[in-house]
Amino acid sequence: MRYAMTMDIKKCVGCSDCVVACQTENNVPIGFCRDWIVENVDGTYPNLELEIRSERCNHCDDTPCVRTCPTGASHVIEGGIVKVTPIECIGCGACIQACPYDARYFHPDGYVDKCTFCDHRVTKGQDTACVSVCPTKSLAFGDLDDPNSPVSILLRERKWKVNAPEAGTKPQVYFLT
Amino acid sequence: MSIKKTSRRDFIKISAAGTAGLALANPVLNWVPGFLPKHEKPLDESKAKRFPTFCEVCFWKCAGFTYLNNEGKIQKIIGNEDDPHSNGRFCPRGTGGVGMYYDNDRLKKPLMRVFEDGENKFKEVSWEVALDFIADKMKVIAKDHGPESMALLYHASSGSYFKHLLKAYGSKNIAKPSYAQCLGPREAGFVATYGAGISSPEPTDVKNTKCLVLIGNHVGENMHNGYVQEVSEAIDRGASIITVDPRFSTIASKSKFWLPIKPATDLALLLSWIHVLIYDDLYDKKYVEQYAFGFDELKAHVKNFTPEWAYTKTDINPEDIRDSAYEMAKAAPAAIVHPGRHTTWYGDDTQRTRAIAILNALLGSYGKKGGWYFAEKKKVPQYPAPAYPHPQWTWKEITRPTYKSAGTGLANDLIKASLPSNQSEHKIKGWLVVGTNLLSTIPDKNQTLAAIKNLELMVVVDTMPMEITGYADIILPECTYLERYDDIRSSQHRYPNIALRMPAAEPRWDTKPGWWMAKELASRLKLGKYFRWENVEEELDWKFKQMGTSLEEMKKIGVKIFDKEKDLYLDEGEEHFFNTDTGKIELYSLDLEAKGYDPMPKYTEHAQPDENFYRLIYGRAPMHTFGRTSNNPNLVDLMEENKVWVNPKVAKIWGLEPDQEVWLENQDGVISTFSIKVRVTERIRHDSVYIIHGFGKSNKLLTNCYGKGIDDSELITRIKIDPIMGGTGMRENFVTFLLENPHKKEVKS
Repeated sequence: MRYAMTMDIKKCVGCSDCVVACQTENNVPIGFCRDWIVENVDGTYPNLELEIRSERCNHCDDTPCVRTCPTGASHVIEGGIVKVTPIECIGCGACIQACPYDARYFHPDGYVDKCTFCDHRVTKGQDTACVSVCPTKSLAFGDLDDPNSPVSILLRERKWKVNAPEAGTKPQVYFLT
Repeated sequence: MSIKKTSRRDFIKISAAGTAGLALANPVLNWVPGFLPKHEKPLDESKAKRFPTFCEVCFWKCAGFTYLNNEGKIQKIIGNEDDPHSNGRFCPRGTGGVGMYYDNDRLKKPLMRVFEDGENKFKEVSWEVALDFIADKMKVIAKDHGPESMALLYHASSGSYFKHLLKAYGSKNIAKPSYAQCLGPREAGFVATYGAGISSPEPTDVKNTKCLVLIGNHVGENMHNGYVQEVSEAIDRGASIITVDPRFSTIASKSKFWLPIKPATDLALLLSWIHVLIYDDLYDKKYVEQYAFGFDELKAHVKNFTPEWAYTKTDINPEDIRDSAYEMAKAAPAAIVHPGRHTTWYGDDTQRTRAIAILNALLGSYGKKGGWYFAEKKKVPQYPAPAYPHPQWTWKEITRPTYKSAGTGLANDLIKASLPSNQSEHKIKGWLVVGTNLLSTIPDKNQTLAAIKNLELMVVVDTMPMEITGYADIILPECTYLERYDDIRSSQHRYPNIALRMPAAEPRWDTKPGWWMAKELASRLKLGKYFRWENVEEELDWKFKQMGTSLEEMKKIGVKIFDKEKDLYLDEGEEHFFNTDTGKIELYSLDLEAKGYDPMPKYTEHAQPDENFYRLIYGRAPMHTFGRTSNNPNLVDLMEENKVWVNPKVAKIWGLEPDQEVWLENQDGVISTFSIKVRVTERIRHDSVYIIHGFGKSNKLLTNCYGKGIDDSELITRIKIDPIMGGTGMRENFVTFLLENPHKKEVKS
């Protein structure tokens, strides 16, 4: 089993529903977020391009955050989901430094927090909160080991890219172009 | 308690009311979302308690379920999969709707304007006192001026029960700003062409379309949920999109054609598209022959409106005009020239929408798959009550002599009828304002304030201390949609459908639902016979049973879909009667001609900005519904202020840096109350600036949004009235930058 997510750049309008749905699903404190929107504009009026992406932890195959964690609070669970055990976290911030995607933040309760791929939902066969609300269905989630999962199908049929491939982390959030 | 009538109706800060306000002097943004208790474990949806609702954050009214957490507190709102408005997916505002419930800045107690210690104040009063006061005043107004002198201006769902109350009282002077300040022109334009308005949600078959044409419509930034969802489906299927906008909008970036038009010249482009479709022989001849009236007149009318002519007006290359017209024709009849929603721009808006309606007819898309479908709606029966009294006069006597095609009351006309300068016999003396912040929704704030000062009674029903509340005689605090029942949502769609809203929690503080207020007022006005039900559950259950369901069933399912009675589309060659004078689609409008208007749309030049001024364009952001959400803690977290979009070339001339604070001044010398940050971006034309509407809140009690960004509506002082339906065109205002604080008081030595 290998969980992954796809994000369709052609359809995303940057509405931020993924952000607020994650907050109400996972009790993410106001002022913080586990996922966010990136907007890039290229060109000069009127020859312009705009790319909008919803981003989050890439649940990488090669995890610098887990490697640098001195206590083992950062760890990988079934399906490749990267998680943090709050009670084991000493808040040293090494993982935040190590992450090339800026996907982690200090929770005001004194530990580091991040996207969990909604493991409490996906292990029950539900989609992540962000995927389940996305009005444009730009987000999809599934198991790469299952050739019939939505992500397997999309990655076969569409062109895609990942963020910061040069970091060598083998990220598992794919952007459909 | 002594209540002294005062002649001046000045704004009162509600904080003067006492403890409720004072407690909020130091708002603490608690870190917990929606101020919920912390959970070790996330909620298990399958075991959680949930209650059906439909959203009140915008007019789209998506149906869903409110979920409670293990402590019985509201945790989240999730879409109802049976609902055609949401298809199980709420937009960010609907998802963030929990913030409306948890917002601690909400109105908490009925407040009454009193004159004490030499000043106007708000005093907390009981519901008894507040309602008695209103009913007594309404009786006096009815006696002195006739019940017609009471007007209802509303936008919230609970307006339904207040409408019933006002009609029972004897007035039909009812208006929603969403008509004359928003979608009125497109309704009038389609009525003149097809004999039917468009209404909401628009029956555009977007998910099946092959070509979607958008005139300034910024779908995706407007988060009209089902519409956005269908656009995404259309993109998936490879539909082409043509976007006309001076701004590189989100949807422009997803379009095959983005036509960066010179603002205020849209009608030139539309006329030249009509020209190309006709003179290049691209229109649907069979369709036009069978269903349309006035083709020859139209053909002669658009003879000279070539793409080359339109280029001189619009700045759009003739080649792009032609290519985009061919693109639509190739997709026809699965092509939609979308009517937009906010269409009150330049005063000739009904005619612009007429051109849009005509284009759809030439493409043969109205009544065709991928074009426009025939929507159906279930009629909600009225709970048995006597017939309404017959008013001596209505809004029609005020509005229709001038604006002959006005489809409903005009909020701005009812406001004008409230001015001391109104010499006619039709005078408005009292307002019920339900869920609409008139100072931001109606342009020309000074006129609204002058009208307010002339009123004998102003009641404001709202959940939040919006600016309008500060001018009320009585403020009635409504509980939010998550804490109340409301009237049945029955909406037009591919299949007729209804939805239930029921409370998921007890009202916080001393707030009440609108239906309760209306019923209580009715009994005080001796109109109890119009509200014969004991409680709203009984009323709703009766109505549901007439429709073949029940409150009990609706509490479980939330949404019910009914069978269709007519077909979605026209069959090939099928006969169809359009509700116009000729029974056909009127390319040439006999109705407009008979009323003395142009029977076919003409291009008029509109003013362009002077040197150093820029056209003020405003719009939506997907995470806000204007002022309604600007204090919502969850949504403020996504976007807390608006910024003014400025083209880099303009920024260079003015020396503007990103995030620099500036003030805007309009052509009439009106200066924004607050400053706004600059967003330097290539996405806006050099002759325009763009801001999101709904910010720059001036009531300090809105602690999450007070003074953040600016309110575009205060800069909209030049209004271009649509002569056909009376809409208030607001896009002919120009602003310049002030780099120093113009409000800084000079210190005299």
